[in-house]
Amino acid sequence: MGNFDMTLIDWSRGQFALTAMYHWIFVPLTLGLGFIVAIMETIYVKTGDEKWKKITKFWAKLFGINFAIGVATGIILEFEFGTNWSNYSWFVGDIFGAPLAIEGIMAFFLESTFIAIMFFGWNKVSKSFHLTSTWLVAIGANLSALWILVANAWMQDPVGMQFNPDTARNEMVDFWAILFSPTAINKFLHTISSGYVLAAVFVVGIASWFLLKNRDVVFAKKSIVVAAVFGIISSIYLIWTGDESARQVARVQPMKFAAMEALWEGQTNAPLVAIGFLEQPPPPNDNNEYKEKQFAFKIEIPNMLSYMAFLDANAYIPGVKDLVNGYTNPNTGEVTPSYFDKIALGREAITTLKNYKEAVNAGNEADIKRYRAKFEDEQWMAGTFRYFGFGYYDKDNFTGLIPSVPIAFYSFHLMVILGGHFLALFLVMLIFSLNNKLQKMKWLLYIGIWTIPLVYIASQSGWVLAELGRQPWVIQDMMPTLAAVSKLDAISVQITFWLFAATFTALLIAEIKIMTTQIKKGMTGGH
Amino acid sequence: MFETLSLLQLQQYWWMIISLLASLLVFLFFVQGGQTMIYSLGKNDMEKKMIVNSLGRKWEFTFTTLVTFGGAFFASFPLFYSTSFGGAYWVWMLILFAFIIQAVAYEYRTKPNNFLGAKTYEAFLFINGAVGTILIGVAVGTFFTGSEFSVNKLNLTNIFGSGSTTISAWENPAHGLEAALNIQNLSLGLAVFFLARILGILYLKNDIDDKNISTRAEKHLLYNAVPFLVFFLTFAALLLTKDGFAVIPDTNVDPLLWKVQMEPYKYLHNFLAMPLVLVLFLIGVLGVLWGIIGTLIGKCHKGFWAAGIGTVLTVFALFLLAGFNHTAYYPSTFDLNSSLTIMNSSSSKFTLTVMSYVSLMVPFVLAYIIYAWRAINNKKISSEEMSSESHTY
Repeated sequence: MGNFDMTLIDWSRGQFALTAMYHWIFVPLTLGLGFIVAIMETIYVKTGDEKWKKITKFWAKLFGINFAIGVATGIILEFEFGTNWSNYSWFVGDIFGAPLAIEGIMAFFLESTFIAIMFFGWNKVSKSFHLTSTWLVAIGANLSALWILVANAWMQDPVGMQFNPDTARNEMVDFWAILFSPTAINKFLHTISSGYVLAAVFVVGIASWFLLKNRDVVFAKKSIVVAAVFGIISSIYLIWTGDESARQVARVQPMKFAAMEALWEGQTNAPLVAIGFLEQPPPPNDNNEYKEKQFAFKIEIPNMLSYMAFLDANAYIPGVKDLVNGYTNPNTGEVTPSYFDKIALGREAITTLKNYKEAVNAGNEADIKRYRAKFEDEQWMAGTFRYFGFGYYDKDNFTGLIPSVPIAFYSFHLMVILGGHFLALFLVMLIFSLNNKLQKMKWLLYIGIWTIPLVYIASQSGWVLAELGRQPWVIQDMMPTLAAVSKLDAISVQITFWLFAATFTALLIAEIKIMTTQIKKGMTGGH
Repeated sequence: MFETLSLLQLQQYWWMIISLLASLLVFLFFVQGGQTMIYSLGKNDMEKKMIVNSLGRKWEFTFTTLVTFGGAFFASFPLFYSTSFGGAYWVWMLILFAFIIQAVAYEYRTKPNNFLGAKTYEAFLFINGAVGTILIGVAVGTFFTGSEFSVNKLNLTNIFGSGSTTISAWENPAHGLEAALNIQNLSLGLAVFFLARILGILYLKNDIDDKNISTRAEKHLLYNAVPFLVFFLTFAALLLTKDGFAVIPDTNVDPLLWKVQMEPYKYLHNFLAMPLVLVLFLIGVLGVLWGIIGTLIGKCHKGFWAAGIGTVLTVFALFLLAGFNHTAYYPSTFDLNSSLTIMNSSSSKFTLTVMSYVSLMVPFVLAYIIYAWRAINNKKISSEEMSSESHTY
């Protein structure tokens, strides 16, 4: 298997990760702050209190600064599917392109049209038209999230499609199955609620700073109340959808599930690691064996992993080794083939496609009929063709089928622990706000400020888990990264990687400097 | 409703949608063109501020149309997406880079402590206006001149040999930059650039209530109209006299396998075979000329709209010319039979049908854009507004 340029693949992955992670710094704040601003403006319109107008304008200004860089970092992502993953674009473009186009037509125009009213319309349109525009910007941002997350969910749990050997690609056969797949719905809800929590922490943190400085006290307190209530509701929703997400992963991506719990050996009544540290990996050996990392320390909750995954404390959870070597579920007797068996099945699928295409080119009717019959045989498609992507591997590179266990494990646990912290923070903040004691609780206000970087870490961890945990698959079991990449020189991708890294970093610095300067001006300060 | 259409009809419908989005995009390039005129039309800070704010209330429409154009092309003709974006890597990356830096420039330019300084953000706007328009024009030029690439779907199964598994391969190491060396592509790129400047000048003249800017706008309109005409006529003359990439229909085989061959005066033939397209093209060109000349002689107060509608019609007709009447819209000069046609590069019938229903949202979107546009543009931008408005760029 020497025909893959691993340097190119790694840099292409790196570029996509770089641009996606930068984009995701800004998007969650847009998703949540849009609604927070809309709620604040609604209170202004309902009460006619000018204080709420000033509060709305202050947070809207920060929203605008963040929104611009979110747009800047977003455009590249859509086109990177073509520029860097050209085989992917053809192999599943028939399905994947649709949500991207719908996102543009349905969501981006809504955002871009009404954001102009939101910022320039204060003196040009009526109060109610302005308020409607603010809500439409928030709804537009969240609609855009819906479509791109439907697309992402489909990559993790491909449904509603059929392979067409004539065009050598997967084709959509059921749009609603793609839109309403449980993975898609859950991914959407979990991701947007994480954005709401991030925005709530952002508002709480900045308002805490104002209280510590004893500036704009009334404005800060009002902001905290709105954000804390919004944060509590969102956090509960976030935890609920997170729990559901875990079940989805256990069902459709068992390797990711095993990796995020660092579960090497499968078991029934599997415990959940609440906190754990992995020990240093053993030195690499010459036998191409994957490297295990056992725990140096861990605290477990008995039966919890089995229960979390299948709502059954006795359920069997396969470990990384079981998935690689194949296993029989002791409870159900169901046999899951080993990765080596799947590689053989994948190769059969690829070879069948090759034979079919060659028969078509040669005009050999008998062979065309024979091979075509396989693609029309549901059993063969479900039992053999579904492992198409495994065919790009062999015994020399099969370790590429296992994601990085430490990355999956730590990103998952960091995300969960921090998620609990955010809920606790909102509750405590709200209680002290309502008792009017918040300003005296300096320690709590400091925690409020320092939670801002933590919420960004949690948010990024979620995506690291989702995307690195599914490696090597761009489409689960169907296409690995090494078969999806464009035919480019690695140096071209290296140059664009550094170009984007430098540009985005410069823009991030600009954004942070502008944002902090605007915050320091104060909620009632001039423009 | 769309279920009753044949695959070919759906492919044609979607090519028209792509053509419409492309033509709206070029019209909306008035923002890009205006960005390259900030220093020519604005001579002091207030004049520059008015220009930036006038354009700044519209830049997102262009940006969003570009993104939607990309998404719609992906959904309807994914083989173009994988072949062109993955192959002409450098052209597309430079275009994208030009749009990345635009997106922050308006919001950050005058904000205190903005790290890079106002001049840098103004440079971003200029780069976006120049590089974005010229390179998109060059890229579209290859729809008529061709590129060096090959497409082989069998590559996907290449797991045992030493060859690549990538379906689409660019056969020129410059990865798209070579297109800028072709005189016809370059003429189109520069024509788009000067057209964008013309539209930008007309828009600013229309939208800003300032005598000095208006006087300068008329002068620069003439300066930009001359090179626009030179480059556009060069492109049109080359187009109508060149050989084109004709698809040879063969009812005995799947349209996926139809061959492509060179045909003398193919694009001239296309105009003659599709007189409606020719009429749209001619009305479009006349609209642009009327917008320019009418403004210069002072007889047309809505020059922007005349030239704008003219632009939409002209670009729409050029795209139909590239894709209809058995023509390969993305031809390969390396391997003629790798050329992309609306038949061999499209999505499946099911997906095109689904997306056709989605396209019914377009009139609704256009309606609320027009409504919001009018709400913001009901009063011309003036220096008084810039001094009193709480949110300005």
